[in-house]
Amino acid sequence: MMPDISTILEVLLIFVKVGVVTMILFGLPLPLTWLERKIAGHIQVRLGPWRVGPHGLLQPFADMIKLLFKEDIIPDKADKFLFKIAPLLSMVPAFAVFVAVPFGDKLMIPFINKEVTLYISDMNVGVLYILAISGLGIYGLILGGWASNSKYALLGGLRSSAQMISYEIAISFAAIGVVMIANSLSLVDIVNDQGNGILSWNIFYLPVGPVWFMIFFIASLAEINRIPFDLTEDEGTLASGFHTEYSGMRFAFFMLAEYIAMVTVSILSVIFFFGGWHSPLNIPLPIPPIFWLVAKVAAFIYFFMWIRFTLPRYRYDQLMTIGWKVLIPISLVNILITGLLRI
Amino acid sequence: MEQIFFYIFSILAIISAVMVVSVRNAVHSAFYLIVCFLQVAAIFILLRAPFLAAVQVFVYVGAVMVLFLFAVMVLDIGKEQFKEHLHTQAIPAIVTVIALFATMGYLVSQGRITVPLGKFTEEALSKNTEVIGKSLFTQYIFPFEVVSLLLLIALVGAIVLVLKEKKGKQA
Repeated sequence: MMPDISTILEVLLIFVKVGVVTMILFGLPLPLTWLERKIAGHIQVRLGPWRVGPHGLLQPFADMIKLLFKEDIIPDKADKFLFKIAPLLSMVPAFAVFVAVPFGDKLMIPFINKEVTLYISDMNVGVLYILAISGLGIYGLILGGWASNSKYALLGGLRSSAQMISYEIAISFAAIGVVMIANSLSLVDIVNDQGNGILSWNIFYLPVGPVWFMIFFIASLAEINRIPFDLTEDEGTLASGFHTEYSGMRFAFFMLAEYIAMVTVSILSVIFFFGGWHSPLNIPLPIPPIFWLVAKVAAFIYFFMWIRFTLPRYRYDQLMTIGWKVLIPISLVNILITGLLRI
Repeated sequence: MEQIFFYIFSILAIISAVMVVSVRNAVHSAFYLIVCFLQVAAIFILLRAPFLAAVQVFVYVGAVMVLFLFAVMVLDIGKEQFKEHLHTQAIPAIVTVIALFATMGYLVSQGRITVPLGKFTEEALSKNTEVIGKSLFTQYIFPFEVVSLLLLIALVGAIVLVLKEKKGKQA
């Protein structure tokens, strides 16, 4: 049985979309590392990278060449199989999340007159899928930390597993709140629910919207292991946590996964609370919707970097207290209020 | 096409399930259990149950297995201990598997187990989550509440266990 031509085209289109998204994601960490170091430099009254290329613009490429040619050291007493596979375990879920992330609604392609959707798949379990898959990245950290057979790496892995479990609950509650407001688990529906200008964005769904956003934001900071919650790679006490023993490309894979996780969280914040690709004012302007999405996501990424170089790190017990005794009770109360508002 | 995928997933699931009980290292078996759960989730998608698949990944792979790994690492189960443990369970396990296969074979050959393919409606496919949610909160509200009560009891139980331990240390 031969499938007809339109089915083949559909499948091809999906392959093209997946390819494009993957390429963009592989490329993104290059400008992001440069930005992060520049922002760090300027916040700390330094210049940041300066020597390779104008304004250090070629620094990421220099880093890439260094990482590619660095010896890939596998410790003698490490568990070889898990040590080798762990970086992939943390990288693959980070990419897989983007299957369900919408970058826009439909788009007419001018020459072939065909409508193309700017997402790979609009699942009816989109939110669940993203939460589930992004949670899998943790295995790279845990198994990598364990397989290194080093106490620092093991402690880093253990910390990250406890941290992940605690904050995943808060993130899921925040997602439930958004789902309750939008009445749908599909991300496209969630965005289209916020289409009527800035006041219809979920962050302005008073009084619960801002609270959900704070919960989501704090918990996602902890999920992606960034300061002030980067206890898994606390260099003051743990050398550098779970990736202490990694070098070369395997280390680069962990870093890649971390940057992509940051992008994911930024996009999710924009989709959940800041109206996705809709413009803040409900006036027809000749600006494509994708511009708004990228601009908002970029603002969020900058915000994450800004926080990283401004706040100190929390103590481990404080981290657990915030997760279990502050965020979760607030979420429970907030769910009740949201439910009452939605009746 | 679907059948090919089904065979890929199920063969991988069976291989990884066998690996779970045959490898010597507890962390390795946890890893293979994760692989097995993921294959089961894939089979759920083939069965047109995306909600179940997502929940399978979210709850079993995402939360339960992290806790498993956490416990295994903290307890640091020795390799030899693990081997012995497996050894004592081999015979009962084989007996159980044979009994299970015998029962299933009997039921299938008698035609008691039928595959409900083709029974799902278009609505149940496109609005899978909604349909499940509605039936959970209307038709199956009583079992649902009973299960949530059980979970609450387990939660309270866990907290009570930890509290007692702390008191013992202080005394």
